[in-house]
Amino acid sequence: MAVNHYDTIVIGAGHNGLVCASYLARNGKRVLVLEAADVCGGLAATHEFHPGFNACVAQYASHLPRRIVEDLKLADYGYQPGRLDLIGLSPGATPLRLSDANLNGAASADLEAYRDYHRLVDKLAQMFQPFWQKTVPPIGNNSLPEILAFAQLGFKIRTLGKEDMQEFFRIIALPMYDLLDEYVSSPLLKAMLSWDGLIGTKQAPRSPNNSVLHLLYRLQGSADVCVNVPGLVNALSGAAEAAGVEIRTGAPVARIQIEATPGQTSDVTQLAATGVVLENGEQITASQVISNADPKTTFLTLAGAEYLDIEFTNRIARYRDRGMVSKLHLALDGLPAFSGVENPDGRLLLAPDVETIEWAYDNAKYGELPEQPVMELMVPSLHNTELAPAGQHVLSANIMYTPFEVRDGGWTETSRAALLESALTVLEAYAPSIRSQVLGAQLLTPQDLENTYRVSGGHWHHGDFALDQLIMMRPTHGAAQYTTPISGLMLCGAGTHPAGDLTGLPGFNAAREALK
Amino acid sequence: MSQYDAIIIGAGHNGLTNAAYLAKAGLNVLVVEKNDYIGGAAVSRELHEGWVYSNCSYVCSMMRQSLHRDLDLSRHGLMLVPYLGTVNFADNGDTLLSYHSEAAAYNELKRISRHDADAMFRIQTDLTRYSQVIRKTLLRTPPDPTSFKPRDIHELLFLAKEFWSLGEKELYEYIRFFTLSAADFLDEYFETDIVKTSMAGAGIIGTALGVYSPGSSYILLHHVMGDVDGSIGAWGLARGGMGAISNAIASALQSYGGEIRTNAPVERILVKDGKASGVALSNGDVLNADIIVSNLDARRTFTQIMEKEDLPPGIYEKAANYKIRGSSGKVNIALSGLPKFNNVPDNPYVNRGGQAFSGSLETMERAYDCWKRGTWSDDPFIEGVIPSAWDPTVAPPGMHWMSNFIQYCPPELADGPWTEEKRDQFGQTVIDKIERYSPGFKDLIVHMEVRTPWEIEQEVGLTEGNIFQGELTIDQLLFNRPFPGYAQYRMPVKNMYMCGSSTHPGGGVSSACGANAAREILMDLRRPNTVPEDDCYDE
Amino acid sequence: MSSFDLAGERPKPSHFQPRLDEFNLHEAWSTWNGYKFAEYYYEVEFEYFCVRNLCGTYDISPMQKYIISGPDAEAMLDRMVTRNVKKMKENRVSYVLWCTNEGRVIDDGTIFRLGPDEFMLTCGSPSTAWLKKSCVGFDDLTIRDRSDDLAGLSLQGPTSCAVLKKMGLAGIENAKPFTIHYFEFGGAKLMVSRTGFSGDLGYELWIDAEHALSLWDAVYAAGKDYGIHPYGEQATNMLRLEAGFIMPGYEFNEALKTVNFQYDQTPYELNLGWMVDLKKPHFNGRNALIQEAQRGPKYTLTRLDIEGNKPADGSFIYNSKKCKTDIGYVTSAMWSPVVKANIALAMIETKYLGGELWAEISYEKELRQYYKVARCSAQDAPFWTPERAKLTPPADV
Repeated sequence: MAVNHYDTIVIGAGHNGLVCASYLARNGKRVLVLEAADVCGGLAATHEFHPGFNACVAQYASHLPRRIVEDLKLADYGYQPGRLDLIGLSPGATPLRLSDANLNGAASADLEAYRDYHRLVDKLAQMFQPFWQKTVPPIGNNSLPEILAFAQLGFKIRTLGKEDMQEFFRIIALPMYDLLDEYVSSPLLKAMLSWDGLIGTKQAPRSPNNSVLHLLYRLQGSADVCVNVPGLVNALSGAAEAAGVEIRTGAPVARIQIEATPGQTSDVTQLAATGVVLENGEQITASQVISNADPKTTFLTLAGAEYLDIEFTNRIARYRDRGMVSKLHLALDGLPAFSGVENPDGRLLLAPDVETIEWAYDNAKYGELPEQPVMELMVPSLHNTELAPAGQHVLSANIMYTPFEVRDGGWTETSRAALLESALTVLEAYAPSIRSQVLGAQLLTPQDLENTYRVSGGHWHHGDFALDQLIMMRPTHGAAQYTTPISGLMLCGAGTHPAGDLTGLPGFNAAREALK
Repeated sequence: MSQYDAIIIGAGHNGLTNAAYLAKAGLNVLVVEKNDYIGGAAVSRELHEGWVYSNCSYVCSMMRQSLHRDLDLSRHGLMLVPYLGTVNFADNGDTLLSYHSEAAAYNELKRISRHDADAMFRIQTDLTRYSQVIRKTLLRTPPDPTSFKPRDIHELLFLAKEFWSLGEKELYEYIRFFTLSAADFLDEYFETDIVKTSMAGAGIIGTALGVYSPGSSYILLHHVMGDVDGSIGAWGLARGGMGAISNAIASALQSYGGEIRTNAPVERILVKDGKASGVALSNGDVLNADIIVSNLDARRTFTQIMEKEDLPPGIYEKAANYKIRGSSGKVNIALSGLPKFNNVPDNPYVNRGGQAFSGSLETMERAYDCWKRGTWSDDPFIEGVIPSAWDPTVAPPGMHWMSNFIQYCPPELADGPWTEEKRDQFGQTVIDKIERYSPGFKDLIVHMEVRTPWEIEQEVGLTEGNIFQGELTIDQLLFNRPFPGYAQYRMPVKNMYMCGSSTHPGGGVSSACGANAAREILMDLRRPNTVPEDDCYDE
Repeated sequence: MSSFDLAGERPKPSHFQPRLDEFNLHEAWSTWNGYKFAEYYYEVEFEYFCVRNLCGTYDISPMQKYIISGPDAEAMLDRMVTRNVKKMKENRVSYVLWCTNEGRVIDDGTIFRLGPDEFMLTCGSPSTAWLKKSCVGFDDLTIRDRSDDLAGLSLQGPTSCAVLKKMGLAGIENAKPFTIHYFEFGGAKLMVSRTGFSGDLGYELWIDAEHALSLWDAVYAAGKDYGIHPYGEQATNMLRLEAGFIMPGYEFNEALKTVNFQYDQTPYELNLGWMVDLKKPHFNGRNALIQEAQRGPKYTLTRLDIEGNKPADGSFIYNSKKCKTDIGYVTSAMWSPVVKANIALAMIETKYLGGELWAEISYEKELRQYYKVARCSAQDAPFWTPERAKLTPPADV
């Protein structure tokens, strides 16, 4: 073999790429990670958006499995878990603070109802938890792994007990609106509890089928939350390099090399990935190529339709991955003061009720800007002082819902200014003096995210969190077990099971499959 | 000593079907009905002299033909006639005609888009495939997935086998179909809005979902899985109006010795020692029976005509949470002549079908947005049908009646309940829209009946005026309908059953709910089953 | 009815319609892709013998014709069909078929290589949606649907070359099978390919629709002394069966229009394995077809010579005279007038192919229904393969 030959090339040093590479290197593989940007992290990478002020698109990691933290000894490389409360704000109302199972500030009837609600969703989340760390086999071919996996899921569901099992079958497809209507009465509390079923994806409170599973996914972890994303990325790349992974940044891949190779079982050839070609023309060979890029980029841009079947190509092309979240970073000359909030160290939700969320979605579904955006924001500089000059702060906000493509004209200076203005107006209602604190602002629309981070649709989760794009169908059947129709080409990004957010699980699962 | 073996509450088509099968099996049955006429929402009413309105349901595709044959409904006066295609009206003034002959239909589609004309073959194939599987479940009792009883396991395996027989690829596609929005589903096939729109109406009729809401593609399937004489997706009219269905079933019931009492609203279902024992009518009469069957919707049954204390804990809340949303209105119009529509040729075949004023996917979705905000759109989705073009019994010769189904219409307005004035404004909105596509339409109007969800609830008794007796979303389908654990027609109080569309397989004039419930009752009575378990197709 | 506007209900007229109307004495019309199309013109057997004995024309205008051009055209088509398009030379025609991802046949057709980056794909059913899907990922190409504006006339039979020569198509006798040639015709470009669906000597003529009638008139003027006559769908079905060609709706279900699981067919089942080029690195359905090739097809389309003279339409095939185990079914059957044989195509379970084959044939004698069990023998070669079909230059008669 040539000196320049690797066992595995991982395309993209996002967190899943790094997790996957680390596990492979720890199992003796010679691994090269190629990253287009100059720094690691993908959407979790830190960048300076205003002189002296740094931020990253990903705000926190709420369900990074302990197993990955321990396996990769991330603590040795600076990873520190913390706590992150959800603080719900509503103009003129007392803020509600939700820290894990504890709810503060709500009326007593809601407190009781919340306990019931939490018991049920937590139980269901625990039931699902093992399946996020598994490869879900394909259905319909009656294979042994298929039967075992579904028998196990069936068994798990049965152990819920009759009543919870019935409740599971009923609520799994409910819209957040209906589910919460059955439990709590405070409009603000409904908005807060629905949020984790909606964030980052094309779902509104009244949309059925997908939100509850999304919620259960996000509730899988312990109470530990990583609030310092730059620290997490450093730990992941540190752990990877310590495991022997070679990371090359500033090395964008132009395409994956695919060749006809002698087949294993017959004399007919089969297609196999044999390496990559960089944008600068450099060729690097490997026995295995694992892509942390999103499915569309991987298959349509890097591999090419001529090596894929027609329906498969079309399923990838119609894979729904148009992001609906814009990102706002503000450089502030001091800590922002939110009415009624002593310490804005949690996730602050600026959505007074589910209707406001629904109406924002209604605008965006037609390609319009939300009249009144809803936002989840954090002050990351409270958790990592290096992000801003001393005494000054960074505010990082997820703005929902914003269209990927603005109707009649697209994202122009005018539409960007309009969105920024409406976001600041909303902010002002909660933090009246905020405008005077702003030193600089950066607005990243879904299109900006696509262009900057090379992720199709600018979608955080590399694709909508919807039942037809999940589990044994993520990103689509034929590529949902991390392998792809092309031998030697695998996926490890958020476009595979289980899905997005900073969990490392797709990378973890892909590594296990790659080692088979 | 009971006066009756069974009392069925509500003489809608499912209640009558249920009663007919019980009577056929030799039970002494009584159907009590609050109105002075039978039929519930499958009814024909002469509301203007000479015009017979099917003023609730207006067309039919799901009536199970094995029940039709088994109850000998033809002898009792029922004839279902398939009607020809529907004209779809787009916002931009274009129309899409649906011709009966394959060649003409293809040429018409090709006029719009070659691609979509081709894709239509594909979607029809797929819909047929999906319908075939789901249709097999209509006349079966849903299994209880939490149960270990051999019958439940057998039924679960039957379902699994049927789905697995689709093959791996189609299994995935089927899951997609159950979860996607109608718009996303149609996007996968078609390029042009007018063709998508022509099919999207089926995805929203009667439901509180929009074309962009996940789950609406199943509603689409629910509307196309029916058939007339094996032709999937075809719709039929009942000669004499939808009441002809109820009347025929009632006649069958009476021929088996069953009894029907109208003007007999039930005040309470009487429960003694945890067992249903009879009903108290609002005139004070008490009627005893060994079995009580409610054909009312689940919400109404448990929260209106039962005492909360008679129910096991949690049932009242389940019923209160049961999703039964009013989302549709109805405008029935007597016309002095056949209306002419813009861009529709004067063609006797086309004019014997329906008119879908759908506009565009966005227009339909915006109408849904209005519903969410407690108002109605000034550009609503209207599905019109002119049954009198086919049926000589429903209007005077040369005159016509047009049924208009409107999606969406809220059960209650954001600024308060419905008033007569607002109802009339709503009706005006509808005829204004039709007038846009049919100049001179208003001049033809002889009489008009406007029905908001409020009227439908008051008259027919459907909670919020929901035409399906409950939303057809995954949380309320199959073994979840009406509530998990109670999907096998037996209710939490002993000797009490449900047989309406709140039970599997849900809404639509299918008679399947009533028939399935009868099968379960007979099983509990250890009597031989006389209810068909399958439709009479050789596939 | 005359006051009604029924235009939309009527099938579209063919580009040759005025001429077709003159010949269609019995108004025996059906439709093909929305166009009016003749079942027969005068009488089936007459038309059949015209083609076998003289020459006949068949209106192939309703056929779908797509011009695919651009730098990605070759790669797109090569990925779509099972044969190797990259090896096709210019001005050549290739019979092709294309499959789903699962290796089931969607349709068959022909690819005309018009230039390095230009192709014409013809097929019997609309394929716009599948072509669009096939193009995803191949950005540098355009598809022009010429189905409605390119007229096609198939001229088949032993005197067809003579007719074209008489028409003035100089050098047409040197056209080899599956080649394309161009001629000037009344100021228009006439494309002639030596192709057809009759298993005999024949040509297909392609011209812009506005010249269709003058082309017809020229062909018929030249063919007057060579017995030319139009033939319809029914005669075509006889001709193609003798030649062993498959037809959708008989031998195969178009996969995209098949409702039930695996009620469509693979190329191997259709005995068209020779058209599947597994040496190509990739094409649609390749992975599935590799497996099918290794496993062997469950059914094999087989040519049968059946004893007696009762056509075996719709018959079951059994592995013994006792007819206990049915092992297949007949897809097309007829009495072949030229071969004087009772022939059929049948789908037979591959594992029974070596053994005895019996057909249970039902037939009618003056309204009484009978059935008989007839011995069948599988044939390797098509029933009708005249030398002249391949000969260049062909004889005049």
